[in-house]
Amino acid sequence: MSKGEEAVKVLGVWYSPFVMRVRISLNIKSVKYNFLEENLGDKSQLLLQSNPVHKKVPVLIHEDKPVCESLIIVEHVDQVWSSAPSILPSHPYDRAIARFWAAYIDHKWYPAFKGIAGAKGEKEIKVLMREVDEGLALLEDAYNNISKGKPFFGGDRIGYLDIAFGCFLGWIRVTETVTGAELISEAKTPGLAKWAKKFWEDDAVRPVMPETEKLVEFFHVVRTKYGGSA
Amino acid sequence: MAAKEEQVKFLGKWPSPFSNRVELALKLKGIKYDYSEEDLSNKSQELLTSNPVHKKVPVLIHNGRPISESLVIVEYIDETWKSNPFLPPNPYHRASARFWSKLVDEKCLPPLWDAFWCDEKGREKAVEEAMEALKILENEIGDKRFFGGDDVGLVDISANFVGYWVDILQEIAGLQLLTSEKFPKLYKWSQEFSTHPIVKQALPPRDKLFAFFKSRTG
Repeated sequence: MSKGEEAVKVLGVWYSPFVMRVRISLNIKSVKYNFLEENLGDKSQLLLQSNPVHKKVPVLIHEDKPVCESLIIVEHVDQVWSSAPSILPSHPYDRAIARFWAAYIDHKWYPAFKGIAGAKGEKEIKVLMREVDEGLALLEDAYNNISKGKPFFGGDRIGYLDIAFGCFLGWIRVTETVTGAELISEAKTPGLAKWAKKFWEDDAVRPVMPETEKLVEFFHVVRTKYGGSA
Repeated sequence: MAAKEEQVKFLGKWPSPFSNRVELALKLKGIKYDYSEEDLSNKSQELLTSNPVHKKVPVLIHNGRPISESLVIVEYIDETWKSNPFLPPNPYHRASARFWSKLVDEKCLPPLWDAFWCDEKGREKAVEEAMEALKILENEIGDKRFFGGDDVGLVDISANFVGYWVDILQEIAGLQLLTSEKFPKLYKWSQEFSTHPIVKQALPPRDKLFAFFKSRTG
């Protein structure tokens, strides 16, 4: 049982999907925590001390001990607050499959997706969008195979892989708004379209998923500040 | 030892440190397995079917079910065969081990690899980044015998490239990156690692690996 909000701190920013992963997992476990919003242009002493190697968010601080890297934190939360509901699947093979797809998302899909924002010119955007689309097609297949007819990758409840991918939904909606392209839709990715709706509405997700309009506004502010084409 | 009905097959490539991580894990657990050497210029049907997303080695096939990505495989092995655990029992220490394993994989290997294969133009920057990475590991190993403590663990397995490949590649490239003068603690670890009784059986022979990489240089 948590000793109160002060025992668990999360260092993060409201717009980061990686930070969202941590908050969703704490919400699943009904763990109260103190969210400390960082200014990444002027990082706090606490952040620099807790994550001296990377100096990045998210960081979870529990009983004064920091844990870094979003998916490592999610696994840690699942182990420390081990009462149901579980975040990782119980069978090692299912865990391996979940970890495989999380690694694919972070190492292959996300870099292409992130690249769209900084892409220069229509040609580069097109190439990256194609990579992102191909990735979504793979994830659609993975969703159908792994969920086996249930609403989530994790089955009846959201789990590790739902969190690993679902955290990007806000920014996926931003990309669709800004570029006019369809990424997740009933026509292209019917399974993921249904899944996305349910994920967004989940009690553990809704409180921490920013509204798309707010993210779009933030995107434009950052773009104006740091340059880049319209 | 594996029960009669356990079927463990591993598709790999002997010079690859990623492939070797799986071999290390299997040997450390004393698991019996069938090995299949893949020719990556002519990939087998089995590889293409079991890793359709990346079409890469290593792949572990356990009782007909494939798993890909070396560190995912290593954790799977650790969770399935419980003897000689690669991760400590305490959740905080486990998180720390996973953090360092990821850091080795994502922040140390790429610049180290680049330092050996980059052309003159990129070499200086790659070497600088590689030295930064080695410094971080030097601080982390401290006075521990292994990253895992008294015995080899997940981080040591993840860092096999640093513990064995780097010495060979730096000799070929004429670079002095990991030396006992520059990084005494990490160097000592690399000696402990490569002479560990089980690890040394799993590592490819030095002269064979040397010849393999030497033939790839201009």
